[in-house]
Amino acid sequence: MSGVRVLVGTRKGAFVLTSDGKRKRWAVSGPHFGGWEIYHLKGSPVDPNRLYASQTSGWFGQIIQRSSDGGKTWEAPGGGMTIVPGEMPRGESNKFVYDTSPETGKPLTTHQWYDGTQHPWEFKRVWHLEPSLTDPDTVYAGVEDAALFRSTDGGLTWRELAGLRGHGTGPGWHPGAGGMCLHTILLDPSDPGRIFVAISAAGAFRTDDAGKTWRPINRGLKSQYIPDPNAEVGHCVHRIAMHRSRPSVLFMQKHWDVMRSDDAGDSWHEISGNLPTDFGFVIDVHAHEPDTIYVVPIKSDSEHYPPKGKLRVYRSRTGGNEWEALTKGLPQRNCYVNVLRNAMAVDSLDSCGVYFGTTGGQVFASADAGDTWDPIVRYLPAVLSVEVQTLP
Amino acid sequence: MIRVVLPYHLRTLARVGGEVKLDVEGQVTQRSVLDALEACYPMLRGTIRDQVTEQRRPFLRFFACEQDLSLEPPDAPLPDAVATGAEPFLVVGAIAGG
Repeated sequence: MSGVRVLVGTRKGAFVLTSDGKRKRWAVSGPHFGGWEIYHLKGSPVDPNRLYASQTSGWFGQIIQRSSDGGKTWEAPGGGMTIVPGEMPRGESNKFVYDTSPETGKPLTTHQWYDGTQHPWEFKRVWHLEPSLTDPDTVYAGVEDAALFRSTDGGLTWRELAGLRGHGTGPGWHPGAGGMCLHTILLDPSDPGRIFVAISAAGAFRTDDAGKTWRPINRGLKSQYIPDPNAEVGHCVHRIAMHRSRPSVLFMQKHWDVMRSDDAGDSWHEISGNLPTDFGFVIDVHAHEPDTIYVVPIKSDSEHYPPKGKLRVYRSRTGGNEWEALTKGLPQRNCYVNVLRNAMAVDSLDSCGVYFGTTGGQVFASADAGDTWDPIVRYLPAVLSVEVQTLP
Repeated sequence: MIRVVLPYHLRTLARVGGEVKLDVEGQVTQRSVLDALEACYPMLRGTIRDQVTEQRRPFLRFFACEQDLSLEPPDAPLPDAVATGAEPFLVVGAIAGG
């Protein structure tokens, strides 16, 4: 029987939750890397046992971890002894260096700071790891300060795709409250050259040549909290999502507004409809129904907890605008947790499973596309990310 | 033989238990000790000092012989007691909650 593996990143370590296809009984493994912030873990679509994890710390910086056995054991690529006489060891898995060379990027060195002045790009951490759709040794990393890196040797060495940061609008990008992070990477399954990324607070961007050149795709976004609400960049995009069968249709949870594009991001229109608030962080798409989408509305400014203390997932079966509240099994009073942008995922079993994690340490699962929910775990550290692998 | 004491999380990362013992060629300085440490434990590269600038990470300090050596030049000789192995070189993380 097929099963699922849920990869959970938290403020204090990683957890791996596994179940069979019924998704009723769960085994919990962890904490892995206890005490470290695990911003994101994700598995390779072509080798489910190959996992990548972003392990980070304000004290000790960035570590990339890799597993080749589904999370039972981990290694820092290049972290072993590589003795070459006369040379320093070559382990470079933690090395993320911005490319400012005139040959491969533009020598862009500053972005906008909170006070409007220009500020140097400074690497802080990896927010998102996106394994290639075809090669388990190729993986993309979205980082803070916002940039996109790629490794083609299993996380050992990393090179920036500098055309994103250097395409021209970079000096207008600025950090949000969580920093200036590249938090979403979507690989188009129908076009190897097409990649979408999203940055807070810059917006969404697309390449059609595998990362050499990029352009902003923010037409139609309106953000009242920036000087020009219709600006080309500066929008605080929290998350974008697509269904793999229809990669030109994108869904976006923006700082405020839930948006949809039917032309690969060339233009966007609002689909917030009857949501109780259009603020939130996560958005995802049903594995088998491209027009069924999920969000978790959150109260803002700055409160960042569910409206009226009721944790509700909202589902639209019409591609937006018409939303229904999903409440069965979710706390409907005195609930003041948040659901962060990387913390929702779906499995691809026949009855689509939906999962999300909270800053209160719960991971909720629905084995019936959101109709009913149960907590898999209740008392983890604050959840930063949730990913799901559907296992053969 | 140089003795180095690492903070808990770096001991875990390097998979070592207590003190780390290193052979350091030439003059014993912060730089030569950290070079030797990273040569033996490559996974520690970037965790104590920046991989490009080699600047000490801001929440870490260096101590030895009850002295704060954090602001000493990286090529300044460490105390004789560190060079002889009588005292360890301490890498200490800032104390902070959370």
